[in-house]
Amino acid sequence: MGLAYKTAGRVSFPADVSGLAVAPALRVAITGGTSGLGLALVREFRARNAQVAFVARAGERVAQLARDVVGTHGIAGDIAKKEAIHPIALQIVGRLGGLDVLVNNASSLGPTPLALLADTECEALELALATNLVGPFRLTKALLGALAASARQGHGAVVVNVSSDAAITAYPRWGAYGASKAALLHLSRIWHDELADEGVRVLSIDPGDMDTPLHALAVPDADHATLKRPETAARELADAIMMALPASARDAR
Amino acid sequence: MIAADRPLQRPALAKLLIVDAEGHIDHALRSTFVERLLPGDLVIANDAATLPASLHGRHLPSGDDIEVRLAGRRSLAADDVAQFAAIVFGAGDFRTRTEDRPPPPSLTAGDRLVLGPLTATVERLLDHKRLAALRFTGTPAAIWAGLASHGRPIQYAHIAMALALWDVWTPIAGPPVAFEPPSAGFALDWQAVAALRARGIGFATITHAAGISSTGDDALDRRLPFDEPYCIPPATAVAIGRTRARGRRIVAIGTTVVRALENAASRDGRVPAGEGTATQRIDAASDLRVVVAILSGAHHPGTSHYELLRAFTDDATLRRADDELEAQRYRTHEFGDSVFIARKRVSEPTRLSLGISQRHSALQRSP
Repeated sequence: MGLAYKTAGRVSFPADVSGLAVAPALRVAITGGTSGLGLALVREFRARNAQVAFVARAGERVAQLARDVVGTHGIAGDIAKKEAIHPIALQIVGRLGGLDVLVNNASSLGPTPLALLADTECEALELALATNLVGPFRLTKALLGALAASARQGHGAVVVNVSSDAAITAYPRWGAYGASKAALLHLSRIWHDELADEGVRVLSIDPGDMDTPLHALAVPDADHATLKRPETAARELADAIMMALPASARDAR
Repeated sequence: MIAADRPLQRPALAKLLIVDAEGHIDHALRSTFVERLLPGDLVIANDAATLPASLHGRHLPSGDDIEVRLAGRRSLAADDVAQFAAIVFGAGDFRTRTEDRPPPPSLTAGDRLVLGPLTATVERLLDHKRLAALRFTGTPAAIWAGLASHGRPIQYAHIAMALALWDVWTPIAGPPVAFEPPSAGFALDWQAVAALRARGIGFATITHAAGISSTGDDALDRRLPFDEPYCIPPATAVAIGRTRARGRRIVAIGTTVVRALENAASRDGRVPAGEGTATQRIDAASDLRVVVAILSGAHHPGTSHYELLRAFTDDATLRRADDELEAQRYRTHEFGDSVFIARKRVSEPTRLSLGISQRHSALQRSP
């Protein structure tokens, strides 16, 4: 039934129909992509020839970084907001054409400066949970169809939830952040088991104490020399993601 | 039938009418669908996510309010988002039934449309005053961002509340290429996918740019479905080949899957991997080469979806099914109940003659 965009009367298919899954360039989405670990991950994966989409709240900085790191896709949006999730997911899969790796990196400290729980505003705890737990849950759920499709095609699929030792150890004054990251860790473990048969791996990775804006907010007087460079953490994290992909998919990239 | 007026994808009491290969009719809860399948079957769903394809804005030459519904596209390519075919309506929104919506102002090639942050130009009309070829201005990044911020999923007058994207994305939704949801897929959640696996039933996906279900205009509705690009991934093509080699069934979730697979299939039923555009109409005269059973909505006679079901079973059986759907008060439309229809077993001589007549009519239709 004639629409204008019929390119030809016949459908043409590639000659090679052997069914071998030829892995395209790795398609990676990173939240919190304009600073700290997220920024280092954008640069690291781009250097590895991945197709990279990154998400951050500030539209100006998103546009600037997309110009600076050629070949990346910048998406403005706040993963802590329910209404922003599907527009973000739409743009990630729309622009990459699919998705192999999602890094839920955007994080909120809760109250800054860090505060005793008894002095923490309820809204600050809610924001930490929205950013560190509910946002990653919503975004992963919205992108799960694309991730599972990649796994079914033999390309693998990995979700990384960026964690912290505060998810394990109960540090005073890190209540909002620690509780939200502990919940994220538990969510990651359960989801990893539930999605094993779909071929989607959900990893919780603690990159260690890094010299990032987030860390500076939490510990303003930290000795920079003792902190890991985010570029180092990004390299380690990218290595861990590649190891979590099926060997066949890894070797092709 | 009753219109399903609430956007619940999987109501616990959703019903399933079953028509088996002998034409026997049965009823079940749709949640027991997987139990109706056989080990070795291959279930194929459309993993397209739905675009926010409804864009409100203004026709600059007249200054009139309009609604644009994106309805067709040349390919599934991520950066091929400048050109669309679109249905254009005059002022108003989904609270007015589509067929009662006023026509758009007179559209002429070169007309500019402002749709929120997006601007588009009418390239030409496509043989109808409501159907236009549009070209968006800007980079693919800007077009995607504009669709994400300003577009809404196409709405329905029979649903009182405005639908959000999360209402219309199936659980398995991936590439956002559908103009309306491939709604048969609402029945499948991740629990169902796990249940398929546990029963030894295969699961695979295609991506098909499901088009719009209604244009509000009889002449345009007769042209439905429009051409729809699709992609059959290599792993899906391999799974189809294996299933057929073992003599097992290919079960389609939805009409778009039938359209894609039958479009791609060669005469002997082999389905190659790759991209294509489904241009054919499937009806009673069509000889299905691949798909043996379909899960679909409860459709009204006369719609293109209903026409496609006629390829699976004879009209007498479908009429009995229609009577049952009415009598048992099945719910129709996107969020409604479902039917599961197995291709009717026919004796060999009948089958042969059907095949010949199909080829004959296909030849006649060729340009």
